[in-house]
Amino acid sequence: MSDRNDAALIPALSAIELTEIDAEIAHVPYRSAVAIDALKIVQAHRGWVSDESLRAIARHLDMSADELDGVATFYNLIYRRPVGDRVILLCNSISCWIKGCEGLREQITGQLGVGLGETTADNRYTLLPVTCLGACDKAPVMMVGDELHENVEALSLQAIFGDSGGDK
Amino acid sequence: MPVITIDGVAYEVQQGQNLLESCLSLGLDLPYFCWHPAMGSIGACRQCALVQYQNAEDTRGRIVMGCMTPVTDGAIFSLAGDKARHFREAIVESLMLNHPHDCPVCAEGGECHLQDMTVMVGHRDRHYRGRKNTHRNQYLGPLINHEMNRCITCYRCTRYYRDYAGGTDLAAMAAHDHIYFGRHQEGVLQSEFAGNLVEVCPTGVFTDKTLVHDYTRKWDLQSAPSVCVGCGVGCNTLPGERYGRLKRVHNRFNADVNGYFLCDRGRFGAGFVNSENALSYPGLREADGRYRALDHHDALHRMAESCARGKLAGIGSPRTSVEANFLLRELVGSQNYAPGFSDAEQLLVNLALELQQQSPAVIPDISTIESADAVLVLGEDVTNTAPRIALALRQSVRNKAYELAADLKLETWQDAAIRNLAQDQRSPLFIAAVADTPLDEVALQRLSLAPDAIAALGRAVADSIRGNTPATLAAPLDTLARDIAAALGAAKRPLVISGTGCASAPVMCAAQAVANALVDSGKQAMLCLCVPEANSLGQAMLAGPQAPDLEQLGKRAASGELDTLVVLENDLYRRGSRARINALLEAFSQVIVLDGLDNDTTSAATLALPAASFAESEGTLVSLEGRAQRYFPVFQPRDERRPSWVWLLACMKELEQPQAHALHHFDDITRACAAQVPALAGITAAAPDLHYLNLGVKIPRQPPRYSGRTAMRANISVHEPKQREDEETALAFTMEGLNRNQPAALLPWVWSPGWNSNQSVQKFQTHPGGPLKGGTAGVRLLHPGAQHSNGPTQGQQPGPLNDADDSQNPQDGRWQLVPRQRIFGSDELSALSPAIAELAGPGYIEINAVDAAALGVTPGAGVHVGDGLATLEVRVNDTVAAGCAGFSIGLAGTDNLIPLAVVTLSRAEGWRPRPQIIARDRGTGPGGTHV
Repeated sequence: MSDRNDAALIPALSAIELTEIDAEIAHVPYRSAVAIDALKIVQAHRGWVSDESLRAIARHLDMSADELDGVATFYNLIYRRPVGDRVILLCNSISCWIKGCEGLREQITGQLGVGLGETTADNRYTLLPVTCLGACDKAPVMMVGDELHENVEALSLQAIFGDSGGDK
Repeated sequence: MPVITIDGVAYEVQQGQNLLESCLSLGLDLPYFCWHPAMGSIGACRQCALVQYQNAEDTRGRIVMGCMTPVTDGAIFSLAGDKARHFREAIVESLMLNHPHDCPVCAEGGECHLQDMTVMVGHRDRHYRGRKNTHRNQYLGPLINHEMNRCITCYRCTRYYRDYAGGTDLAAMAAHDHIYFGRHQEGVLQSEFAGNLVEVCPTGVFTDKTLVHDYTRKWDLQSAPSVCVGCGVGCNTLPGERYGRLKRVHNRFNADVNGYFLCDRGRFGAGFVNSENALSYPGLREADGRYRALDHHDALHRMAESCARGKLAGIGSPRTSVEANFLLRELVGSQNYAPGFSDAEQLLVNLALELQQQSPAVIPDISTIESADAVLVLGEDVTNTAPRIALALRQSVRNKAYELAADLKLETWQDAAIRNLAQDQRSPLFIAAVADTPLDEVALQRLSLAPDAIAALGRAVADSIRGNTPATLAAPLDTLARDIAAALGAAKRPLVISGTGCASAPVMCAAQAVANALVDSGKQAMLCLCVPEANSLGQAMLAGPQAPDLEQLGKRAASGELDTLVVLENDLYRRGSRARINALLEAFSQVIVLDGLDNDTTSAATLALPAASFAESEGTLVSLEGRAQRYFPVFQPRDERRPSWVWLLACMKELEQPQAHALHHFDDITRACAAQVPALAGITAAAPDLHYLNLGVKIPRQPPRYSGRTAMRANISVHEPKQREDEETALAFTMEGLNRNQPAALLPWVWSPGWNSNQSVQKFQTHPGGPLKGGTAGVRLLHPGAQHSNGPTQGQQPGPLNDADDSQNPQDGRWQLVPRQRIFGSDELSALSPAIAELAGPGYIEINAVDAAALGVTPGAGVHVGDGLATLEVRVNDTVAAGCAGFSIGLAGTDNLIPLAVVTLSRAEGWRPRPQIIARDRGTGPGGTHV
């Protein structure tokens, strides 16, 4: 694994990504301990983690790609496939289910033309289910990008995705 | 010993066990999945539930996992109570939610631990009405089939593959309902021990692809106790046969040798038995060079005629039995009998035997190797020469973890806790080799040196242990030698490993010197010397150091002293360069070859006799630890194939040789050999003789549910013939008889009512993971220190017997050829098995980048070796010691290359690699199933 600093071998990581990952490595006893942080860094820069990125990170952390992929695929917020500019995380756990998240999903699907796990044709949104957003008292909830939307109703969906309406 | 109460009955159990082990030891059927005796407990599957009560007044109790519960004196449990039973049934039901109903088309069906456990807990009716999850399967190479839908997420596969065997390319992906055990990308599993997944997986996720392509259910397999012929380790195996074809090889448990695991060469390398190149009839070469098929009477007559007329010489074989070799030696006379090594190897194997006989160090079996707490490997790439020992070394480095655990009073079966505790702290392992080896990743330190430098390092370590000033070594080697000496000196059970792998006598002598120094400093030191073939050590014991080698036989034939050669199961073209072997064979007017497969030597025969393979014959093999072990015929050889000993004995009787008069059965040969060869005196004890009966009957090779005995030959006749009698061994070609309580050497299969899978082996053990009730198979012939001499043994270094060049000093433009042993390809027979051949690929030369630049070659280019010795692909590997050129010994195109010869290398202009074999089952498309 002596080749980990050989830039030619890790074209899938940019200099800034490498700098940020190395900053994390400085805090831990084992390089592989920053696996999750490194995945998050790359995802922050690229939106998702491609196979090439994953292999480059694995090499940089002295891990096998298989081992790192086990970590990456464990977490549902590490995206191993391309996502839209903003990810819609629609909560479907018990409180939100009681408060009608199913109807919200149907309405979003109708409005944006995408089912769960799909990305709009204009690449603006990806719709994903999520198990809990920690705001059960304000169910139903969803996140769009970094914004949390509470007590979501049909009408508010119109406002949130208004300009996307009909853009299918 | 603690006393525990289960369902109102008090039992005495072993201290240090967990409750699951105790229950199984007591013969109580407690279902489990994730626990494995060799891998400990993690409590993942929740299957082995019992109810534990606080005290006699506690009537509710609480559910505990058997595998995670230590047995303590006075503890009260319920196994059969409703609460525990319902819990266990619910667990199986939950595991079955996504499990397909595909048992009839699943290769695991009939020997599936999940089937057994489902029946055991009584789960019958499904309540789940939803859709089952489906997964895409991966191509994992030519050995292993992947069917993820069957997974019950017990994690045994990754725990075995990563934690136990050190593989890195199999991982648990995703979470909850989507968990997937596979690789990052499709591709060949890289671990040399991947095949054990077939037996470790409790259901049909990982199955034997070679079996899937030529399938028979376990209950229809005829099987016999056998010994792997893939290398010198002598792992115990259970080959299974149906319709005259060897279908698969499973592990045969031996607590002292292979335990639960085999390497992939052993498991998948027996396919040569079914080869289309197998000889079925004797052949006599006519004047026009063609062979005329003979029946065995004619062939025998011809053989006897030639032998009676001629001045006889014999070449034995380190890949076949002691008995066949002994008979050949009797036939031709010991002064005319060469053991069948290459000339260089003969010196090395004799030396390995001598070094072990003369050292006071313990000669370890594999379970003892696992106990080593500091290891020095000199020159040997153990993973590729004696693979099962490498797996043991991967366990030995964990002794540090067990020490840490003992300090915290953690039980050894607390697997996850101990791994967490130790992280990457390991017992010291030092490796000095000609280039990188797969064990390097668990080594404290490794370095690449030329063979002579490895020997010098070893001698310096020995000097340092004795407190002498070591001979001058260049820095940093002098420090390293002191570090190694200190680490070995600080250990309780230090182990030194070397062998014939790098073809250097000084390296082996240095290894012995280190072990001797450790013993003299009061250590319980161990010395393990690897030898290449299944009976290499047996051949050294039989032939002795004075036996002639091929060179000497050739010379005597050329002088007219000898004219008729009998070659026993040995492709001589693997024992010397083509020109030398051609000259040797041409020096004889008659060449009689006994072998199972067509090869260059059989093609040079004037009379070729078809010899039965290990799977069709009986014999004794002596493993590298000096353990004599018996293998038994799994099935009757077809056509005119006969075990070599049968051919040889019949020939001797035809010749009316007096020493053959008293020999009637196989056992008589074993006894005669034991009586005549002092070193082999113990071999009669390797297994019971043919008169052994279990409650009055022989041991059945077929399990009780063996089916279709009439139907399987209905195309010939609907009348079932009488089962053929085995007149040579204590086993019978039948399902009648008792497979219980006999000596371990006679265990032909494992099955117990309710336990159809290989997990049933625990019913044959004294306790789960412990030795078999029938003892340990095999008998050890080497007794350390028996001939302890105080002076260091000075081995004779075999000269580089190279036609082109015999200079010993590397100079500019010259490289020393060092063998790079390959688990897939370096061994003759396994390389003839299709699955292994696919992994072996063509031969190559390996040099470091500096040397490659000097030669002006890049990876993938070709080089000429010597003056027309070989032209091979170049691989650049920076770990190859300077001045050395590694060559893939045994692989195609390397047969003229002699270890340690000094040769020139030059760029081969316009060289193109040969086309690779294409996997027969690639191309079913991504995610295609390979059922």
